[in-house]
Formats: sequence, C-alpha cells, structure tokens
Amino acid sequence: MIRTRGLTKRFGGGQLAVDGLDLTVPRGSVFGFLGPNGSGKTTTIRMLMGLISPTSGVATVLGESMPQSVASVLPRVGALIEGPALYGFLSGRDNLVRFDAADPTADPRTRKQRVETALERVGLSAAAGKKARAYSLGMKQRLGLASALLQPRELLVLDEPTNGLDPQGMREIRALVREVAAEGTTVFLSSHLLDEIEQVCTHAAVMSRGRLLVQGTVAELAARAQGRLVVRTPDVAQAAEVLAAHQVGALVPGEGRVDGELGASGDEVLPKLCAALVEAGVRVHGFGLERGTLEDAFVALTGEGFDVAG
Amino acid sequence: MSRAEATEVEASRAGASPPGAVLVAGRRPQTASGFLALFRNELHLTFRRMRTKVLLGILAALPILIGVVVKLNTDSPRGGGGGAPSFIAQTTQNGLFLVFTALAVALPVFLPMTVGVVAGDSVAGEAATGTLRYLLVAPAGRTRLLAAKFTAGLVFCMAATAAVALAALATGAALFPLGEVTLISGDTIGFADALLRAVLVAGVVAASLAGLVAIGLFVSTLTGSGIAAMAATVGLVITVQILDAFPQLDPIRPFLVTHYWMNFSDLLREPMYWDGVWKDLGLQAAYVAVFGSAAWARFSSRDISA
Repeated sequence: MIRTRGLTKRFGGGQLAVDGLDLTVPRGSVFGFLGPNGSGKTTTIRMLMGLISPTSGVATVLGESMPQSVASVLPRVGALIEGPALYGFLSGRDNLVRFDAADPTADPRTRKQRVETALERVGLSAAAGKKARAYSLGMKQRLGLASALLQPRELLVLDEPTNGLDPQGMREIRALVREVAAEGTTVFLSSHLLDEIEQVCTHAAVMSRGRLLVQGTVAELAARAQGRLVVRTPDVAQAAEVLAAHQVGALVPGEGRVDGELGASGDEVLPKLCAALVEAGVRVHGFGLERGTLEDAFVALTGEGFDVAG
Repeated sequence: MSRAEATEVEASRAGASPPGAVLVAGRRPQTASGFLALFRNELHLTFRRMRTKVLLGILAALPILIGVVVKLNTDSPRGGGGGAPSFIAQTTQNGLFLVFTALAVALPVFLPMTVGVVAGDSVAGEAATGTLRYLLVAPAGRTRLLAAKFTAGLVFCMAATAAVALAALATGAALFPLGEVTLISGDTIGFADALLRAVLVAGVVAASLAGLVAIGLFVSTLTGSGIAAMAATVGLVITVQILDAFPQLDPIRPFLVTHYWMNFSDLLREPMYWDGVWKDLGLQAAYVAVFGSAAWARFSSRDISA
C-alpha cells in the first residue's frame, strides 16, 4: 500500500529530517507510525502525500510513485496532516464543500450528499452551520476527519488524529478509525502515544531521529519486551531475598512491590515461587506476570525515554 | 499494482462493504464539471469574505465622496478654483463624467491596493492557515489551484472596477445633470453612446490590473505570510509609480506595469484613439505571461511545509 526505499529528506538548513527510510505498509492493515515529536514522522507523511519532494529515495503509494502520480493517487487517499486547518469565516459545511470541490474527480451533483454523510459520520451535523472559527479543537479535528472521509478511500493517513482531544473525543476517534478499517480501508496512523497505537493498530513502525528503528506487527513488537514478574507486598526486602534465592534476576524493589525478570525458567516456576514467598512469611497481596508493552519495547529499542528528540 | 494486491482489494471490498453499499473506493474519472468546481468555489470564497466586501465598499464610497465634494465646491460662491483636473471640471456639466473622474482617481492607488490585497493573499493566506496542504492533498493540483486563484483575481478586478464605476454613475446621476457628453476632443456625443464608452473604459481599467494580479500571485507563492505578500505587492505598485515619475528613467519607464494605465482617457476622444490602450493591454499580457510563469514555476516545485 505504501512502500518507501531509501527515502531521505534534507531541508535547506542541512538538517536531515528523514534518513534512508524503508517502510512497508501492508494493505488492509492499521499501521501505527510511532516516534517522539521531531523524529521525522510528519516529514515522511508530507513526502508520501506529495507535498514535499524527497532529497533522494523513492516512495510509492497505492502502487504509484509519489510525488509524480499525485493526481491519480490522492483522490483515493484521505488525509489529516498535522492537525486540522479550516477557513474560519466559512461554516463547517462550506469548509467541506470547498475541500470536496478541490478534488477534480468528485462529482458536483452528489457533493451535497457526500458532505452531509461525512458530517453525520463524525457527529457534526448539528454544528455544520456554525462558522468554523467558533469550533472547539475537538470539533475542528472531527471536521478534518470528515474531509478525509468525503469519499470512500483506499488509504487513510492520519497524523496525530487525537492531539488535543479530551479522553471522550479520543475514544470516539479511535472507534471511527476501527470502523473505517473494518470497511477495508488501510489506515496509516502516526502518533506519539504508545497506548493509542497499541489499542488500534495491527502493525507498527518506530522512528527516532529520522531513522526507522523497527517495523512489524504490534504483537511482534510487544513480544520484544519481556514480561516481568510483579509481586505486591508490604514486605519488600524479605520478598526480594526470597526471589533472589530462586534465580529471579534484575530485581527492582519499589513502593509496596518488587518486580524482576523470570529469565529462561518460564511460567512453570510461578506456583513454586508463590509458595516459597508465602512460606517465608511474606504477605503477598498480588502476584503475577505483567505483559510487555510497546513502551517497554520502545525503551529497549532506543535506550531512551519517550521524550522529544533534540 | 501487482495481481496479488488487486485480488486482495476485491476480497476486502466484497467482504467489508455491507450489502447495498453504493460507494466503493477506487479510481474515479475526472470530469469537466469536477475540474471547474474549484474555479467556482474560489470565486465563492473570494466574494464571501468580509474583507472583499469591505474593500468593494470602500471603492464604492470613493466616487460618492468625490461627487459630494465637487458638488459642494460648485455650489459655494467661492467655487471654481483654477487647478481642477479636466475630468472634474466636466463632472459639473455631466454626471456621467464622474465615472471617468472616479476611475482616474482610483486607478493609481485605491484599485491597485485592493487588487494587491486579494492577489497577494491568495496563496500565502492559504499557506498561513494551513488550508493549502488540504487543498493539495484533495488533490486540487498545483497548476489548477493557481489558475483558479488567478481567475478569481481577474474577476475581482472587474468587480472592483464595476464598484467604482457604478457608484460613480449613481452618484453622478443624483447630483449632476445627465445628457449629451462633451468629450476631451471637444466633440459631443449622445448619452447612450457615452454610456457605452463608460463601459468600455471600465473594461480597459479592469484589464489594466491583470498584470498586477500576476505579480501579486507570484509574490504570494514566495512567502507563507499573507500580510507580507499583500504589503509587498502594494508596496511594489507604489514604488513603480514613483519610478514612473522620474524622467531620468525614460529607458525603462515604458516597461513599468503602471506606465500606460492612464491611457484609458484616449477612449474619450472622437474618434477613439486606441494606440495607447493597446500598448497598455499588450504590456499587461506580457506581465501576466512573465509573472504567471514565474508563479507557476515557483509553486509547482515548492515544498509545502506550512
């Protein structure tokens, strides 16, 4: 669906924004494009959408090379890039009419119907007559999504679609993404929120400082992070001793909890461990494995926290 | 697209779309009406703006102001000061002449200023608000978008000229007598004939602004700030007119975009004297060609990172 080979962008100031990117987005996937702010996600998306031309390398979208095939590719792609941008002096509805009119393949006779359907889909029908400048950020974001959904699309590119939304708004957007994906549209979703990617994506790629660190299915990526044994207890020191005696490594004692790596021994030792703790008089409040998350995988990959890259 | 991928699409469509779904993702043909829709929408956008309405309102107020001042001046006993331009003196005899007076007053400053605002903001304003990127991924097509902006600019020139001319005609009719018109050459023509000439003059004035639209459009592609583009365009027009006033610059003066603007008055002779008007229109066409190409070259290759 999307394929890049050696995609590179160096800006005028000599700053390397994207460096030799090899990205493959499979058809039908919900692809999470992950990375800290400033890691080159938006620049990549702008290259994929033909807004900026790469310094070197190639990008193909829907099987055609960009930015040369913009006219034949983009009518089949819906996009939300770096937040919504609207004409404040036009109503929400007229904003959509304008973006629809910009697409030369859109039939003017069915424009009204398309606009109303898109408005309804994002729940903006009631506010469609209001001037866009009076919209809240969440409403603007929805209107941006509506313009990406004016036509049935083969690919939907969403750059930070939940930025600035309240939790309820985030949930709604994610539900919408799942709905669109279920209709067979491939979704390319960039985000710096790990749990967002984990919740909605089937595949993911991680970028840092303009380079691609890893890509694969979300399950594969999360599997890179080992599960950790977590014991909740008020007797932290005592529990740590018992665990150490049973070859549990990398122990981290914390406030009311101890966690460590099980290592090669696997799940079979868990009942014995638990019994040993109880036998030693440790008051066990909780005992179990915590599944590896994308965040753990990311920290393991980059060796850094999830902060803004310099 | 590989064959494997193609089957995948079919499969996903068949699987996912609910029965009876009419709309399917895929290639749609580009239609002529779809192509032109952006041009229509661009006009709609330009004239729906408060800013455009205010500009047209100011232009319409100008002839009213001139008319009232001239009227008060002639009514007062001290009236008839010697230095009045020929058009203004004529106005008191015939209200229709207010059209020519107003156009002559508006052409050097007010008309170019409004056109500079509209043309200068055209692309830069969209870049500043970020709507440009959404138009381009729609995809509007860079050449098509530029053509739509240029067309809207030209239509604004016509609307602006019409605003001045119509307000002047109405004011003239209200304050001064109408009737036979004495031309600059001394000949007298009937009112209907004179009205026709007024329309002709307004058309020429509107066309004289075409070069400026192209310049504004080019400046607009250079920057991401609408205000900067407007100021630069308006500033350029003023600079050019100042340069045009220096006799020392004779070798380049015929190439300045504003140089032949006032030639429209040649159409108020009997017979009409077209040479100067053609020179003006030819120069405008050259400016449109040069700055239009420059705008296109710049815009079609530029990285849109706003």
